[in-house]
This record gives sequence, C-alpha cells and structure tokens, in this order.
Amino acid sequence: MCGIVGLHLRDETLYPRLGALLTGMLDQMCDRGPDSAGMAVYGDPNWSPPGESTVSLLDAGVPAGELAAGLGDLLGVTVTGIDLAPTTVLHAPIDAAELAAAVPAVAPAARVIGFGADLTVVKGIGDPTELAHRFGLPRAQGWQGVAHTRMATESAVTAAGSHPFSVGPDQCLVHNGSFSNHKSVQHELQRAGVVFDSDNDTEVGARFIAALLAQGIDLEKALRLLMERFDGFYTLLVANSESFAVLRDPIACKPAVVAETDRWVAMASEYRALADLPGVADAHIFEPEPEEVYLWHRQ
Amino acid sequence: MTTAHDPTLRESATFPRSVIAEIQRAAETGIYDIRGWGAKRPLPHFDDLLFLGASMSRYPLEGYRERCDTDVVLGDRHAKFPLHLDIPITIAGMSFGALSGQAKEALGRGASEVGTSTTTGDGGMTPEERGQSKHLVYQYLPSRYGMNPDDLRKADAIEVVLGQGAKPGGGGMLLGQKITERVAKMRTLPQGVDQRSACRHPDWTGPDDLAIKITELREITDWEKPVYVKVGATRTYYDVKLAVKAGADVVVVDGMQGGTAATQDVFIEHVGIPTLAAIPQAVQALQEMGMHRKVQLIVSGGIRSGADVAKAMALGADAVAIGTAALIALGDNSPRFAEQYAALGSAPGFYDDFQDGRDPAGITTQDPELARNLDPVAAGRRLANYLRVLTMEAQTLARACGKSHLRNLEPEDLVALTVEAAAMARVPLAGTTWIPGQF
Amino acid sequence: MAPAVTTVETTRLDLTQTSVREVNTLLHSADAPRRVVLTEPRGAHALACGLTEDIDVTIEGHVGYYCAGMNQNASVTVRGNAGVGVAENMMSGTVRVTGDASQSAGATAHGGLLVIEGNAAARCGISMKGVDIVVGGDIGHMSAFMGQAGRLVVLGDAGEALGDSLYEARIYVRGTVASLGADCIAKPMREEHLAELAELLAAAGMDADPADFTHYGSARSLYNFHVDNVSAY
Repeated sequence: MCGIVGLHLRDETLYPRLGALLTGMLDQMCDRGPDSAGMAVYGDPNWSPPGESTVSLLDAGVPAGELAAGLGDLLGVTVTGIDLAPTTVLHAPIDAAELAAAVPAVAPAARVIGFGADLTVVKGIGDPTELAHRFGLPRAQGWQGVAHTRMATESAVTAAGSHPFSVGPDQCLVHNGSFSNHKSVQHELQRAGVVFDSDNDTEVGARFIAALLAQGIDLEKALRLLMERFDGFYTLLVANSESFAVLRDPIACKPAVVAETDRWVAMASEYRALADLPGVADAHIFEPEPEEVYLWHRQ
Repeated sequence: MTTAHDPTLRESATFPRSVIAEIQRAAETGIYDIRGWGAKRPLPHFDDLLFLGASMSRYPLEGYRERCDTDVVLGDRHAKFPLHLDIPITIAGMSFGALSGQAKEALGRGASEVGTSTTTGDGGMTPEERGQSKHLVYQYLPSRYGMNPDDLRKADAIEVVLGQGAKPGGGGMLLGQKITERVAKMRTLPQGVDQRSACRHPDWTGPDDLAIKITELREITDWEKPVYVKVGATRTYYDVKLAVKAGADVVVVDGMQGGTAATQDVFIEHVGIPTLAAIPQAVQALQEMGMHRKVQLIVSGGIRSGADVAKAMALGADAVAIGTAALIALGDNSPRFAEQYAALGSAPGFYDDFQDGRDPAGITTQDPELARNLDPVAAGRRLANYLRVLTMEAQTLARACGKSHLRNLEPEDLVALTVEAAAMARVPLAGTTWIPGQF
Repeated sequence: MAPAVTTVETTRLDLTQTSVREVNTLLHSADAPRRVVLTEPRGAHALACGLTEDIDVTIEGHVGYYCAGMNQNASVTVRGNAGVGVAENMMSGTVRVTGDASQSAGATAHGGLLVIEGNAAARCGISMKGVDIVVGGDIGHMSAFMGQAGRLVVLGDAGEALGDSLYEARIYVRGTVASLGADCIAKPMREEHLAELAELLAAAGMDADPADFTHYGSARSLYNFHVDNVSAY
C-alpha cells in the first residue's frame, strides 16, 4: 500500500523545477508510505546528460568512483559514478543496455534498478522526504518524474522492493493496491527466462509490461493485456520516454486523481499532492474511470 | 455417532456419513449450508502446549499471599483515555441481532462485575449493553449498521473490523427470521428480509486509506478513545504490521476457531489459520517494529480455559477475547434444554444453528418467548463466575511458573506435544530443543 | 425606529496557519463560532467532521477525504472538489460541494442532504441508510450499492451496476444508466415519486423537470434466498 505521484511537463520552462515540484508531491504522500521511497527522473542533466545513458544500481558494494573507473577501463569510455546511497548512478556515452551488462564484471552483487537514455531511478529506505532531500531531488531537472512512497504489504521493506520498478529501457511502473494472482504470472515469466529481484507483486506487473514492450507492442496495448491477465486491486502509473499512462482496475477502490493544464499533466493518489503545482487552481481535475487506459504522449 | 453397526460395513474416510449427508442436503436444497459456531474440526491448538512449571531452577509463588496480578492497559499509544481492565479476558464482538437483548445485557453484567469489557457487533450499540457494560468497545464494520457519532462518543474504544476468524474476507450475515422489528430498525433494513452484508468497507480499502479513516474517527471523537483494528487470522504477520502502520492502538487477531452467528460452513472450515499459528506471527510483527506491548495484542478464537488464557499470553498476547465460551457460560448448549434441542434435530453440545433464531436457551434468538428463557441477571452472574475461574486458573499456572503478573509469562515457559504445534507456536517439542521450521 | 439587526460574525481560519486538529477542536467546542470560513484546505482530510451544532462552515478550496464525516445539524459547503467519503455517515444537516466529489460520497449516511453540483465518482451513496443525495452531474459505477434507505437523485448519467443489491433506497436518474446492478430495476413514476423528486430538486436548488427522470428501485427478489436467483450472487 502506498502513495504514487507522477508529473509530465509539457512546458520546457518548467523543466528546471521538475525535481522541486516532484519533491513537494512526494512529501504529501509520506503518510501513505512511511517505509521507503523511489524516485525516477527523466532528463536530468547531471544524472542523465544528453548523449549519455544512465544505469541506476543498488547494492553496488563498491564506491561509485571506483565502480565508474573500473567500468571505464573495461568499456574504453569515460564512465561517471554518482553516490546517492544506497543507490549508485552511472552514466556513460554508450548504450544503456551495454553499460548495464558490463556492471557484473566490476560489481558482481549489484542490482540494476533502472537504465535508459534519459532515466535515473533512485531508491532508499526511510522517510521519503528525507530521502528526497538526501538524493538532491529538489535540484533535479527534466521533463518527467515518477515517485512512490511505500507501506510494504506482503513483502519486506527493502530498497529493492520500492517502486518504481524499472525493468526495461527508460521504463517505470508504480502501483498502489494489491494484485491477487501475480504469483501465477511470475512463474510463467520465470519459465520464459525472466529473472526477478524481489517477491514484490508490483515487480511482476513491471516485468509483464516490459516483456510486451520488448516485443514491440505499444504501451496502451500492453496495459490492456495487463488488465486481462492480472486480478486484484491496482492503480498503475507507467512511464517511458514517449508516454505517461494511468490505469485503474475494474473495481477501482484504490484512489487516483489526475490534473491537467497546458503546461503539465500530473497524477497522484490524493489531491493534496497536486495542491502546490503551478496553475492547479485552473487545472482540469478528474478521476480516471476504471478499466480505461489514459495515455499522454510526449510532444 | 454411537449407534452400533455391522462391523463388516466399512466407512470411507473421504466420504464419511457426514460428508454424504452434506452432499445430499446440497442436492435437495440448492444452497450452501449456513450455521453458527467456529471451525469444528480438530486443529492444532493450545491443548498441544504444556507449561514448564517450577523446579530446581525456577521457583513458584504461593497462592493467595504472593500476588499474581492480572490487570492490563489497552490503547495507550494515542488515546487520551486508554482502557484499564482488571483481567486480560474481554468479551468479543457479537451483535444484537445475532444475540438477544437479554444475552447482550447478561454479557454486560458479567463483564462489568469482574472489571472487563464487552464489544458491540454488526448491529450497533444497544442502550442495554451501554447501560450494563463498564467498558464498551464499539465495532466499526463494513456494513455500518446503526453506526452514528453519538454512540461513537459513548463508547470507550472503537474497533475497526476488517474481518473475523470464522470468515476472513466475508461480511456479516443475518437471515430474515432474525430481522425482527427492533433489529430491522437498528440496521435500517426491512423486517424479515435476509441481510446481505458487504465484505469490504464502503469508503476505504487497504492500510494506506485505513490510516486516513482512523484519523477521521479520532478527529470525530477528539482523540479520546483507543482505536482497535481486528483481523481474521490469515497473513497475520503482514496484517499486524500494516495495522500498526495504519495507526492501530490495539490489534485484535481472531483465529479460525473463532465463532460466528451465521456463515457458510465452507467458509468457517476452510479459510483462515488456527489461532496457535497466528499468535507468534503477530508477536513477531510487533517485535520487529519495536511495538510489542506498545500496541497491545488481543487474541481470540477458541479460548476456553485459564490454561488457554495463560498460553496465549505466554506466546505474547496482552489479552484474549472470548465469544463462544462466553455464550456457553450464559447457558448456550445447556443440558437443561435437551428436549428442545431434540425437537430441533440436535442435542446439547451439538447445537450450532444460531442462524435459525430458534435457540431454546434464548441467546441466539430474537423470539421474545425463547429469549425469556435467559434471565440476564442469573446469566450475567454465570459469566462473571466463569471469567473468575479463567482468571484464577491462569494465575495458578503463572504462579507455578514463578510469575507475579500474567504478562510476565513468556514463550520459553512452554513446550509442545506435537510437531505441528511446535512449528506453529514456535516452541520446542517437549523433551527436545527442536522447533520445526526455524532456520 | 428600525428593528435591531443581529449580524453573525464570520470566523476565518487559514489552514496553512491552523491545523486540522485545532480547527475541528474549535468546531466541536461549546463556543464554536456560528459561521466559519476555512481557507487553504489544499486537500486536507477529515475537515469539519463530527460536527454536532447547527453552525455554518464554508471551505474555500478542495478538501481531502471524509470532509463533514458523521455530520449532525451543521451546514458545510465546499467551494471546490471533495475527496473520498464526503459526508460519510452523515446523520442530519446539509453538505454541499460546488465542484466534483470523489468515491463513496455520502457513504452509509442516515439523514440530511448532500448536494454535489458537479460529478460524483464511483460508489456514490454506497450503503445509504436514509440520506438524500442530489448530484448535478454524473455518478460513477457501483453507486447506491446496497442502498438501504434514502433517495439519490442524479441529473446526469449513472455508471455501471447502479443500485446493485438495492434494498429500499429510491434512485432517480435523468440521464442514461450504463447498466443496472443485481435486483435493481426501473419502476413506475407515480404521483408520490414526482412530488418527492420535485421536493428534493428544490431543496438542492437544482432546476429540472421531474418528468424527465426515471425511477429505479429494488425488485426485492434477493430478499430471501431462492436457488433460482443464484446467478445474481
């Protein structure tokens, strides 16, 4: 059980404020999820510089600088390492998948929690607002952000169990609710060769979507297929480099509020997370209907 | 059954006569079997645990002279007025509607006489119960029958019910024959109509939204009263953690042996886990959060004797609740009504058709004639007697273990007789150091 | 000589300066001001819940969950949107939302009048026990689920499964109904229904012709179990 927030900016004059706005939204959701938090930012110039891809890791076991240097030697490019403990962020002017694939050679225990051309994922345990400040989220910039505050239901409180689950390039999924048949889906995916990092029901949703996107299926269709396969209660926010999408299950008990203006689209579990967004007083505010995919494309 | 039969006849263990009868009944009527009471089949339970009394290394306390105290404070995490009870045995939630007004009055009388609490049920608060109960816990259920702020403010504590052991995931049930004029009025239902009940709360689902609901309840009552959260025992470890995170002051865990006035037999017998398996999960959850004894744990589901009370507390409960046992103490299934039970096709010790509302003992009925068979004053006294016996039995066992307060009982005072009980209760098999399932 | 005029002073409280607890404590107290305006609610929860006196509370902005929960006697107006469970379990009094209401508006309420000028989301009037609810716009799915008593009036459209498992609550819808729930059927609109509807619309200050509405109620076939109804379960 949790709080989810997402912000998709349409107006590039707001890009410098993405992190500050996202931090404010996340702060309002601490009550819903006091245990841990995850944040994802698309397009921060320090974490994901243009022309470079980014890989985010947990349990690196090696200091960021050392890890970067080791990878640099291996790959023959300059790799930059940023320490956002417990997360390590790496960026380099090569393909994200290539960078991620090289990590085990230098840091065998490291767990990839995000990778892509634009995406940085940061996770940690503890009070979400404190984490956000420690990670420097208020100063982050970019065009899209997703964050999640977690109250762990059936799996343990670990940083790896926090959302968003980012298991495909530039993909993010956050979930409020509780799937009821994810174990079956997990076993199917495992038999198809997918490896899981946690016992978390949300990770199953993320890997299900990632597998479909990898096959070339578009996000809207992938979400419809998820609706057919998954049972239980869910409000989902799914993002990638082209889209920002919201979906609710047919019963729609878990909350969701969307606010939309010319300058941004935002989604949160509760209105109070949206209350400080610029121009919210004139925003079109609505609650997504059950079983409908709401998708906004990057302009 | 005890009738002799031809020894060459062989009964199937998979299709014994009771199962055959049930299949035949289903084929006749086209509806599931609905009954009262809790799970009837044998389950690992407190009988499979034993206390290690005093010996050379532990010394006992003298009865009478050397105190073994029994008081408990419930709900001091947030509330202005926590409950101070004299004994750690409370009366579980049972509705007016499921029970007669006389029965609710008797429960209030008996509980107040010994300084403990009663709990309203899925029908709201009656003036009789509020009048008689010194400490009254007001249940907040998915149906919200009779829920109102005046009664909320009159209550001593509020119990948010997610579920009960007999039917975790099921809603309340009261059949038309028990929806009398008074019950109907309290529940805002048409008289004589089967009550269909919701299984989820109407305005929140999940611990994140429960946290907001609990805050609302506190705001309405100016943060005066403890808020309990009650769950039927299933994924107890996670449920208790989530209840604490949602803001519970007290967590109530009801094992599958917990009773009900009416539910499908399949639900009672096949959903939920035994009380014995739930308690260590609940305690572990609280301990991991540093909240054991800070958020109190009340355990129910098959508490019958002072030994059960003491064992539940040794495993880490702060208190227990009784439902079925309290009704028996009032007079349910008494041999006095043998003839009347026979007329109903039952017998003392077997009667569980609470849903019919034809209880000869006057307890689980709304029929005024039958309800007259229960004298609330006498029944209240019987309950008080029984509660005293439970307390004295628990004290006897605790003293034998060298405890001057019941809450000082601990898991290490116990051993188990079977592998299942050892694994579920997480205590060693007697004579060994082996706790199956511990890595 | 001109008659003496008593004016009621308005107490204004800013929720960025005063906590929800402080506001509710004041509103619950014996010296609660008779007229209160709350500003900057910004989605706060449990605002003005548990009121007992006939006071007037206006909230300027959007509120969170359970605004005016268990209301008795008071008049509460939200000039904005309301979160989950507005006026839940209300006993009497009036609650008005000028914007939209989230899920479970008026849930399990026993009395009083809840007016939502905009749209209400899913489960509007769920388990209603005597409240009157008038919605100017649409309502979401599973509205009036297990509605026991009271009246729900909808000037717009209703979502799926309207009135599922309905008892004796009466529903009037002017627009379309996506689908009816178990045991909920369209019923004849008799004189007494037209009169009742006219009264409710007037009380809510909504201009509409009762003749344009359809009356929905319980078929009462689930009142006692019959094996032939098993598909409804």
